[in-house]
Amino acid sequence: MNIENFLLMRHELLLIAVAMLVLIAEIFWTGTNKNGIRAFAVVLFFITTVIGFMPITFGTLFGGMYNTTQLIILYKNILNVGVLIVLFQSYNWLKNDDNKHKISEYFILLISTLIGMNFMISSGDFLMFYMGLELATIPLAALAAFEIHKNKSAEAGVKLILTSALSSGIMLYGISIIYGTTGSIYFSEVSTMIGRDNLQVLGLIFFIAGLGFKISLVPFHLWTADVYEGAPINITSYLSVISKGAAVFILTITLFTVFRSVIALWQDVLYIIAVLTMTIGNLFAIRQQNLKRFLAFSSISQAGFILLGIIGGNQLGMSAVVYFILVYILSNLGAFGVVAAIANKTGKENMDDYNGLYATNPKLCLAMMISLFSLAGIPPVAGFFGKFFLFTAAAQQGFYILVLIALINTIISLYYYLLIVKAMFINKSDNPIAAFKSDFMTRLGLVVCMVGLFVIGFASVIFEYIDTLTFGV
Amino acid sequence: MDILSFFVIIPLITIIAILFSKSNKEVRVASAIGMGMQLILAAVLIYMYLSERASGNTAPMLFMQDVVWFENLNIHYLLGVDGISVAMIGLTAVVVFAGIFASWQVETLSKEFFISLILLASGVFGFFICLDLFTMFLFYEIAVIPMYLLIGIWGTGPKEYSAMKLTLMLMGGSAFLLLGVLGIYFNSAPDGGGLTFNIMEISKVHIPIAAQRFFFPLTFVGFGVLGALFPFHTWSPDGHASAPTAVSMLHAGVLMKLGGYGCFRVAMFLLPEAANEMGWIFIILTTISVVYGAFGAVVQKDLKYINAYSSVSHCGLVLFAILMMNKTAMDGAIVQMISHGLMTALFFALIGMIYGRTHTRLINEMGGLMKIMPFLGVCYVIAGLASLGLPGFSGFVAEMTVFFGAFQHTDTFHRVCTILACSSIVITAVYILRVVGILLLGPVKNDNYLKLGDAVWYERISTVTLILAIAAIGIAPLWLTDMIGDSLNPIVERLTQIQF
Repeated sequence: MNIENFLLMRHELLLIAVAMLVLIAEIFWTGTNKNGIRAFAVVLFFITTVIGFMPITFGTLFGGMYNTTQLIILYKNILNVGVLIVLFQSYNWLKNDDNKHKISEYFILLISTLIGMNFMISSGDFLMFYMGLELATIPLAALAAFEIHKNKSAEAGVKLILTSALSSGIMLYGISIIYGTTGSIYFSEVSTMIGRDNLQVLGLIFFIAGLGFKISLVPFHLWTADVYEGAPINITSYLSVISKGAAVFILTITLFTVFRSVIALWQDVLYIIAVLTMTIGNLFAIRQQNLKRFLAFSSISQAGFILLGIIGGNQLGMSAVVYFILVYILSNLGAFGVVAAIANKTGKENMDDYNGLYATNPKLCLAMMISLFSLAGIPPVAGFFGKFFLFTAAAQQGFYILVLIALINTIISLYYYLLIVKAMFINKSDNPIAAFKSDFMTRLGLVVCMVGLFVIGFASVIFEYIDTLTFGV
Repeated sequence: MDILSFFVIIPLITIIAILFSKSNKEVRVASAIGMGMQLILAAVLIYMYLSERASGNTAPMLFMQDVVWFENLNIHYLLGVDGISVAMIGLTAVVVFAGIFASWQVETLSKEFFISLILLASGVFGFFICLDLFTMFLFYEIAVIPMYLLIGIWGTGPKEYSAMKLTLMLMGGSAFLLLGVLGIYFNSAPDGGGLTFNIMEISKVHIPIAAQRFFFPLTFVGFGVLGALFPFHTWSPDGHASAPTAVSMLHAGVLMKLGGYGCFRVAMFLLPEAANEMGWIFIILTTISVVYGAFGAVVQKDLKYINAYSSVSHCGLVLFAILMMNKTAMDGAIVQMISHGLMTALFFALIGMIYGRTHTRLINEMGGLMKIMPFLGVCYVIAGLASLGLPGFSGFVAEMTVFFGAFQHTDTFHRVCTILACSSIVITAVYILRVVGILLLGPVKNDNYLKLGDAVWYERISTVTLILAIAAIGIAPLWLTDMIGDSLNPIVERLTQIQF
């Protein structure tokens, strides 16, 4: 092994470097005003993101524990872009009196979780996978409790750490069963030995259940709404897109490679989970008043739609999943960006508070509407294409009934997304949120999302490019 | 750049122009110019189409334009028109143009209003020029969604309820439709080869009958919801009654036709065997639509509700005629689409204008309006007479052809349905004449109305445009039937060749 091989881990190494530099900056930054670290960290992360797009070689490391392919690199870049937008959106929030003394902690924790996700995505065996997963989760709990002076935030942190500990336990149990029956933890070796052995089936189900917690699939979703509501908005948006996106990806990869010989088995499991997730997520979302809870349930139902791409086990499905995650990151961050901008200015995050918003803040309303339409799958924004490809992928394998259920769920979801549109555009309010100008970074984040939502849909090259990298069972 | 793409590009340019307009006046002028150009373009297209056909070009689709979009799924941006689409584009252009002038008075958020209206129009135009199922579906959804804001913000009455109901029902229809489209796509190559969304390619193969049985009802109902097929018509009365004038015009005039157009272009053309097999179910439903809509109109007191139910009846007749699957009836269906589109738009425009003056739409509260606003009154009578099928107007040509075609079927089932549907003509006469009698004739019931003025210039432009179009079809229907007749042949052939 030589130094060049290590460069295969470029994304992780760069992120570690960023975290270290922020830590060092923290030491040398004299004075109480740490605002400079913000700019420093964001610029560093921006550079990292740009470098990530440069060409790179692929290969495996540590005897197959770690591997990269073009698809994995692409996915890491997608996550980087998402995190960059999250950083833009949290830029102003970090300036608040309660947070400004822990700016560097915020960045270090956030980047640590991202490193964990990167390792998880790249993992070639269950050990590396599990390490990455834990590295991704534990700092997240700290982040969820970032506004520790607020009871709800502290509660969110505890809830997140407890549920993830439980889910990790379950998953670890599943992994150990698989190890016990196959004698290997390497994905490539396990895939040849897995069968319909009862213990292995149990292992698979525990494994799916464990990842189901991270993706917040029904019936493992119960933590989602409380954590999303309690955590700071930027962390919520991070949880809902980046964390979920990474988990979805590794679920797809493991199901498509490790468990490919038992596809019929996990198809049945996913079928039920997908129907439940879509329906229950949607039905709960209808009743929500708090927008963070609302978006939490909407993101649960989106996870159900994503399963439509996985369930077929076909190449088109994987492309659709990757593409949809990209679109979903932008749409959800768009919606959360608006909620965050308004909550930072006014502290209001209920749907009723948005009544008559269009009269005072038209641009934010348009951004919100476009994001919501994208989530609902309305053309011409990218969400339409994303959902269409997911449905196409499921239909290709003959899951027409599932697609029909999903389509009916899209209509339900359209109803509650329209409720927000109605509040903003149609409802009148005696006391609407006053007009305000959001800061530059928030606007930058939203503009990136909006441009992305329009470009990604119509620019077919993106989907075609993804499709050249993916594979089926 | 080919001529067809301009039908989408001009609305987009108009929207950008509106975005940069500073005053309400500029917004209106920009919209009027944009849609005026669209109208001229439609006229040019009709002329080009006719001259191309006259010079002996018998290709099924003209002005084809094919750009690969998503290569891996074989999605194309595929354009092409035949006589039917040309006729529908002409209709849309006329109605949108009239609609812009009918909404001249919109003051609140006028920028947003005209942008949504033109976005809707661009969706409709896009739908009619496309021959690729995916792109068609995309434009279909673009045409539906601005409706929510248009009704919700600028509507009247229980507008939020109506807007939500309309949007959800239409999107529900599109959900069925999407499944149908996917089903057609994955069965589009039964003999092997590449899957395709291309309508012309799919029409060359025969999709396995088992798949057809599953996907035909989905597709037909999907489009049928938009065409106000019973029992999925309930969005229509509420939606039309709450919508602002121009939106009612566009919706009843054009968008509902999109449903009828889709029903035969996609559902029946691509899945002919199942259409033959299951047609009878839908014939029953459409017969109910026709009769029930007409009876519904008789008992309503609100002008817009009367017209909305009448639209259900007339659009039901379109679907009814399509399902008769012979050339005469289908010919009539297309003419009926055009004719109903024009006259219902005229109706809604006039109702909007009357409502803008009297602030009520209940016919019992008005009376003698002919004396106060003769221009609007005369227009209303013209619209009414066209609607009940008086010779000389487009309605007569359409209904005559439809029933003539329908009666060519000799079996009892078709005969009974035809006779039932025919009865709607009489009922139509009842409600039209009743409204004309109460609303326009007789003494003036409310003295306040005596002060009201007649139509102003922009209202006159709006109504005269529509009346001219109605009269043009009524007096000289042959150029229209010729234009659509040739284009119907492949569809009818495909439907009749495989009689079981």
